Amino acid sequence: MSEAATAQSPWQTAKIIRIEKRTPRVTSFVFKLSRPFVHQAGQHVDVRLTAPDGYQARRSYSIASAPESGGTIELAIERLEDGEVSPFFHEVAVVGDEIELRGPLGGHFVWSDSDGGPLILVGGGSGVVPLMAMVRHRTARKSSVSVALVFSARIWDEVIFRDELIKLDDRRDGFDLVLTLTREAARRPEDYSRRIDAQMMMQSMARLPEPPRLAFVCGSNAFVSAAAQALIDADVPPGLIRTERYGV
Amino acid sequence: MVTRGFSSGRRPPTDTDARIPPGQYLEQGFPVLSAGPTPRVRTEDWSFTLKHGPRPIKKWNWTEFNALPLTRMTRDIHCVTAWTKFDTAWQGVLVDDILADAGIEPPTAFTLAHSFDGYSTNVPAKDLVAGKAMVALLYEGKPITPDHGGPARLLVPHLYFWKSAKWLNGVQFTERDEPGFWELRGYHIYGDPWREQRYSGDP
Ligand SMILES: Cc1cc2nc3c(=O)[nH]c(=O)nc-3n(C[C@H](O)[C@H](O)[C@H](O)COP(=O)(O)OP(=O)(O)OC[C@H]3O[C@@H](n4cnc5c(N)ncnc54)[C@H](O)[C@@H]3O)c2cc1C
Repeated sequence: MSEAATAQSPWQTAKIIRIEKRTPRVTSFVFKLSRPFVHQAGQHVDVRLTAPDGYQARRSYSIASAPESGGTIELAIERLEDGEVSPFFHEVAVVGDEIELRGPLGGHFVWSDSDGGPLILVGGGSGVVPLMAMVRHRTARKSSVSVALVFSARIWDEVIFRDELIKLDDRRDGFDLVLTLTREAARRPEDYSRRIDAQMMMQSMARLPEPPRLAFVCGSNAFVSAAAQALIDADVPPGLIRTERYGV
Repeated sequence: MVTRGFSSGRRPPTDTDARIPPGQYLEQGFPVLSAGPTPRVRTEDWSFTLKHGPRPIKKWNWTEFNALPLTRMTRDIHCVTAWTKFDTAWQGVLVDDILADAGIEPPTAFTLAHSFDGYSTNVPAKDLVAGKAMVALLYEGKPITPDHGGPARLLVPHLYFWKSAKWLNGVQFTERDEPGFWELRGYHIYGDPWREQRYSGDP
């Protein structure tokens, strides 16, 4: 299994080279690293903002881009009302700004093609971000590992990376996308319109050629608890389930 | 480096400043962090084992463990994901009292704390004794919920909170300082929030 390099990850400056609105509440920021690193899909960076008086605010953001994206990383940041850091990115940051970050960080919620599969990935809202890095890594490596991604969003227009995911799904090369919308009707025949449950997990895993070797679950704390329980109820051994919780 | 356009921020009131380690922010809620699904350990199935290397020294079941002296500890806690929470109120059994019940002094300078879900974290023995750490059984007067590591979790509040192992089932004295699960995956071997020892390679 992948182990993170335990090398140092000092603070560095990274320049915003592209900003792309993904959904009404989520925007992607692509950074050019001043000290390039190669991350593992699933890892995150810590970002810190510094005020003129020295006050700093610091948050973690998963890397959305594949390790193969060379010298740049994409972060997809959801705007939280009254948040301290995410509204800064949405309202203040522009292309050309330099931001301090360090990484890559985290060595458990990671997957590389050489770890094999099949995989079941379960993401809620912005929790899809590290899973997207895994899906993109699989594509970049032309990996034959079977992957099912179950992605829960409130509505169709809040499905982050929607066009890209549907295009990958259409290739029918072992990647399966299952969307579940919690506040709208499903749009595609394979999709659902309810919260994640054991039956949905079972049906999604049935799309894989064999039971998953690993499961990755990411999202808010409540989402992760519910989705991990749904996997366990669908007979996935708890030891195969890795979780990443975005906090409260 | 000053960040262009970041002037406001949500500064903590100055009277609490001194309690917030560098790079941390004050959190009112109690976020959850863990590597996998939440194990549900029934107290009937619970046990705590003290070991020296591979050798068990003493094992307690839930009833026996709860008969040990209970101590209150109200402490600020600091999570590596940058939140700090003030005045968290715990009750549990001091590691000192566990060692006393087993009739031993720390046989080595290092320990690994082990959990029901197979995870582990290393803590030097000196950071567990002299009233610095406990096996917590109650949070704010109530049994610790599974999400927060119940039935019992380690509480080492002066180190980053991943060292306060959830779903604790034992402490093992080791001859050397052996990295645990998180430390093997890039987290700092010691984890002092006041020195910002978050990741391996930090001073
Ligand atoms: C490993 C990891 C990876 C992550 N990856 C991502 C990612 O890829 N994308 C992403 O969008 N997020 C991600 N997150 C979450 C991210 O780190 C931040 O927590 C998130 O952006 C919110 O930060 P903020 O400063 O905007 O909000 P905060 O200031 O932290 O506030 C969060 C919420 O709490 C409320 N709040 C906080 N304090 C107060 C207060 N004093 N009074 C009233 N209300 C308050 C705010 O209104 C807000 O809604 C990740 C988290 C982790 C741990």
